[in-house]
Amino acid sequence: MSISAEHLLEIRNVAKTYGTGAKATQAIADASFAVDDREFVCVVGPSGCGKTTLLKCVGGLLRPTRGLVLLRGKPVTSPPEEMALVFQEYGRSLMPWASVRNNVLLPLRHKRLGRHERKELVEEALEAVGLTGFIDHYPWQLSGGMQQRVAIARALAYQPSILLMDEPFASVDAQTRGDLEDLVLRVREEFAVTILFVTHDIDESVYLADRVVVLTHAPTEVKEIIDVDLPFPRDQIATKELQEFTHLRGHVYRLIKREQAEPSEPLAAATTATKGDRA
Amino acid sequence: MSRRTYQAAAVAAEIAVPVAILAAWQLWTAQADDPKFPRLSTILVEFREMWLFSQFGEHVVPSLERIGLGFGIALVLGIVLGIPLGLSRWGRVLAMPHIEWWRAMPPPALLPISIVLLHSIGNRQKVSFIAFFCLFPILLNTIDGVRGIDPALTETAKSYGVRGLERIGRIVFPAALPQIFAGMRTSLSLAVIMMVLTEYFSSTSGVGYVLLISKNTFQLTPMWAAIVLIGLLGYLLNLLLILVERRVLAWHRGWRAATAQ
Repeated sequence: MSISAEHLLEIRNVAKTYGTGAKATQAIADASFAVDDREFVCVVGPSGCGKTTLLKCVGGLLRPTRGLVLLRGKPVTSPPEEMALVFQEYGRSLMPWASVRNNVLLPLRHKRLGRHERKELVEEALEAVGLTGFIDHYPWQLSGGMQQRVAIARALAYQPSILLMDEPFASVDAQTRGDLEDLVLRVREEFAVTILFVTHDIDESVYLADRVVVLTHAPTEVKEIIDVDLPFPRDQIATKELQEFTHLRGHVYRLIKREQAEPSEPLAAATTATKGDRA
Repeated sequence: MSRRTYQAAAVAAEIAVPVAILAAWQLWTAQADDPKFPRLSTILVEFREMWLFSQFGEHVVPSLERIGLGFGIALVLGIVLGIPLGLSRWGRVLAMPHIEWWRAMPPPALLPISIVLLHSIGNRQKVSFIAFFCLFPILLNTIDGVRGIDPALTETAKSYGVRGLERIGRIVFPAALPQIFAGMRTSLSLAVIMMVLTEYFSSTSGVGYVLLISKNTFQLTPMWAAIVLIGLLGYLLNLLLILVERRVLAWHRGWRAATAQ
């Protein structure tokens, strides 16, 4: 198999089946796409289509049944130091017994860094997400949106080249979600990271991404990859008023709608429904 | 009622109710005039003479030492064995039947054999006996606590390459700590029971021994004084543990209150 070094990350014919024999369920049939350095790629798909499974395969937490995940041309077999993962369940991925500082510090402790350097990384990351004043709080003393910002700060402090985000804003309210989306776009510039972002929210995917990978329902394949040429910096109001934005989200929506088994509803009504919907 | 007055009322009730019970005891023993039930005031005088502090060093200190050592050994072993068993399914498959079997054993059934096996009625036998029975609540709770760790936290640690002893020290142990403390509370009261039991059967010192000697010589007032002391020891030791737990697990109470909303 020839290995191309031009992509930072390559997902090549990845398939994942849970269980064996009669009880086997195929979550991912065949998924292939690539992510380039500093690119922001969103993965969207219908509910229950194996988005999280795919991301865990990319992050080295799950081993694909078939296919390869290549990071700079090398197969990923365990969580690489170059990647950091942000989960949807922010409340559960933070340690309730540790302060915000110690939560962010957790992945840095075994890195070969000086004491001072560690401290600086933690403070820099918390400043980037606007939580400097909460460094000595416990996570459970913060709101949901702030907790997710702690999780993002922890990922940033780890200094990854790739940030994997698994529906990170699915359980916060709409307003907070908008703020967090803009935060992610900002830190992407500031920390020069590549982001692979899984979401079930079509608006979110188009708003954030350079490219959107649309998946089919399970057993999942890549249905289409769409380039998003919306101008930067993006703005929650101005960008979403652009005709191009409306066109793109309509296009993605139709692709996903066709994937869903239930009869289609009117577009406008369904848009609001996806907001609170959990994959 | 405000929180403050509520707390004040709770403390007052906690003191008032035992005082009322003691007063009733005193009144009843005074009118009953039964040598089997000496007056409370007589018992308290005896209590002061015996334990404050003429026999304290001779009998209370050895008892406390045995509890401390036995409980301490059980705590260390319970955590050191419980963490790997909690993490390893195969470990549990192999160990659980044995743990369940020994746990179901009534302590008095093992007391004679423990004396024979350890060829001693000395400290070693008593401390091992206390440690053995204190081990199970701590061990089982540690295993449960480790198994109950949120998978989201386990995956986070894994994705950040937090492994081995670091994972145990930073994630597994703190996450299991609330459960470990639950086990410690059970074990500590067991430790007091085991202390009295071993001293009562085979000893030359300790409060359980005093209990035995008073019974054998029909000295009922010292016997009652020993009973009061044992009750008090159990109560104070538990109080101490609760105070430690409040400090160590302050985060747990805050977290529980926050997630309950």
